[in-house]
Amino acid sequence: MLRKFKEFVIEKLILLCGIASVIFVALIFVFLLKEGLSVFKFVRIGEFLAGRSWYPISEPAQLGILPLILGSLWVTFGAAVISVPIGLGCAVYIAEIAPGRTKEVLKGGIELLAAIPSVVLGFIGMVTLVPLVKNVFHLSTGLTGLSGSIILAFMAMPTIVSIAEDALYAVPKSYKEGAFALGATHWQTIWRVLLPAASSGIVAAVMLGIGRVIGETMAVMMITGNSAVIPRGLLEPLRTLTATIAAEMGEAVVGSEHYFALFAIGIILFIISFAINVTADLFLHKHK
Amino acid sequence: MHEKMNAKMEAREINFYYGAVRALKNINMSITGNTVTAIIGPSGCGKSTFIRLLNRMHELVAGSRVEGHVYLDGKDILDPTIDAVDVRRSVGMVFQKPNPFPKTIFENISYGLTVNNVRDKDYIEAKVVESLKKAALWDEVKDRLKDNALRLSGGQQQRLCIARCLAVGPEVLLFDEPCASLDPISTGKIEELMLELKKNYTIVIVTHNMQQAARVSDTTGFFLMGELIEFGKTQDIFTAPKNKQTEAYITGRFG
Ligand SMILES: Nc1ncnc2c1ncn2[C@@H]1O[C@H](COP(=O)(O)OP(=O)(O)OP(=O)(O)O)[C@@H](O)[C@H]1O
Ligand SMILES: [Mg+2]
Repeated sequence: MLRKFKEFVIEKLILLCGIASVIFVALIFVFLLKEGLSVFKFVRIGEFLAGRSWYPISEPAQLGILPLILGSLWVTFGAAVISVPIGLGCAVYIAEIAPGRTKEVLKGGIELLAAIPSVVLGFIGMVTLVPLVKNVFHLSTGLTGLSGSIILAFMAMPTIVSIAEDALYAVPKSYKEGAFALGATHWQTIWRVLLPAASSGIVAAVMLGIGRVIGETMAVMMITGNSAVIPRGLLEPLRTLTATIAAEMGEAVVGSEHYFALFAIGIILFIISFAINVTADLFLHKHK
Repeated sequence: MHEKMNAKMEAREINFYYGAVRALKNINMSITGNTVTAIIGPSGCGKSTFIRLLNRMHELVAGSRVEGHVYLDGKDILDPTIDAVDVRRSVGMVFQKPNPFPKTIFENISYGLTVNNVRDKDYIEAKVVESLKKAALWDEVKDRLKDNALRLSGGQQQRLCIARCLAVGPEVLLFDEPCASLDPISTGKIEELMLELKKNYTIVIVTHNMQQAARVSDTTGFFLMGELIEFGKTQDIFTAPKNKQTEAYITGRFG
């Protein structure tokens, strides 16, 4: 009798937790939508998305987020170009080539990298990478998209490596044996059998790595220079969507068009992350 | 160089270790060309270990070590200066569980050619057809070469794996319990195929099925706890085994 009661209580508690988390998500979403969509009382959606200038506190405010969108895209693109090949190479090395000890050391190192708080990475980037970029490219400032991309690549790498590595491990051992028995070399086996067989997991790894990059705030805010102009490349200061929210939310007057615009940026980030996660999920499940 | 009349492959004083565990003890075996050699013995006696050694697949197991020699046409293939990749192109292997790649039927067979740097499309196509015919699969798949190989039945998959192996142009074929996951009809087809292939290839097959060993093989080797207890003509082994343990095993009085 008592046992039954206990079961009942526990069951309901768990149910409550489940419901609560759904409700929280829904509330956040509703709040975000309500605040964010209000910006379109001040500015048309086309102007907001494609407007070339972001002067939220000038009179009248100019709320074009194109520079921010492009800033995010540039930094993300740069980070992907760096982290995807290195990350996948690392995953292949760990899963296929590294001997026992090296493998453990590498995996430990990657986990450690994932454990570094982004503000610390940003700080390290500020004192080491920023001067380096400045000197190497003879720039007036090292606070550029490139610096941001490099630091973000470090953040995406652990995600890419660990998920891609899992995907490679999940390839049945018999494929590898089959390829070897046909006289394929190790590299041919990796390139022509293992990677294709793990491809959906690898795509998911890349997507999730990129998702991490797009949502990252602290480090990019510290080292990209934060200038809200349309960037023409990675060697210029730029500003991302996330850094804009973080930098300006504190000073935006509640209920002002600036305030609503920041929420609208939040919606856009939400949509991007959501799309990336769903896509990654689709690939992961195709894999199963 | 080691020469012996008629021996296509020859194992000499083989000892095999998984780490510190000795899995094969002083094995000597001479495999005649264009015959089927059956390897029998209870589970864990070292059958797979032995045949994987014949095309250096044992190198995939970290921490394994082999002593002794395996000669293919008089050449020691365990010699570290010989490339394992070349050995595997001459000595093909088919596994217990059919393991086609998750690609089309055509690609499965052409894979072995493309890794050998064959680029000539016509040649590849001809070779795919030829291999499928040799593996007695052509009639069943000729209209669906672009289908995913994983959609074939288990027996068809296994014949596809045989075709894939043949396309590379080996001289010796190793089968590790090729029918263990197949139904009797598919098994019959594979056995027929082996008798056919024997004309052009030398075959070694591991099997747990005594009738199968008796039906397809010319020579039989009985392994027990890492030792080759008896090796001789299949007929003799099954009708008049010299060793008590062999007799116990083939008559089913063995654990
Ligand atoms: N990768 C490995 N690492 C360590 N020991 C192994 C490994 N593979 C096999 N062994 C051991 O070597 C011995 C021989 O194994 P093997 O697989 O050759 O037996 P088998 O005769 O093929 O058995 P079965 O009929 O079950 O396939 C067994 O004792 C087994 O436990
Ligand atoms: Mg076995």
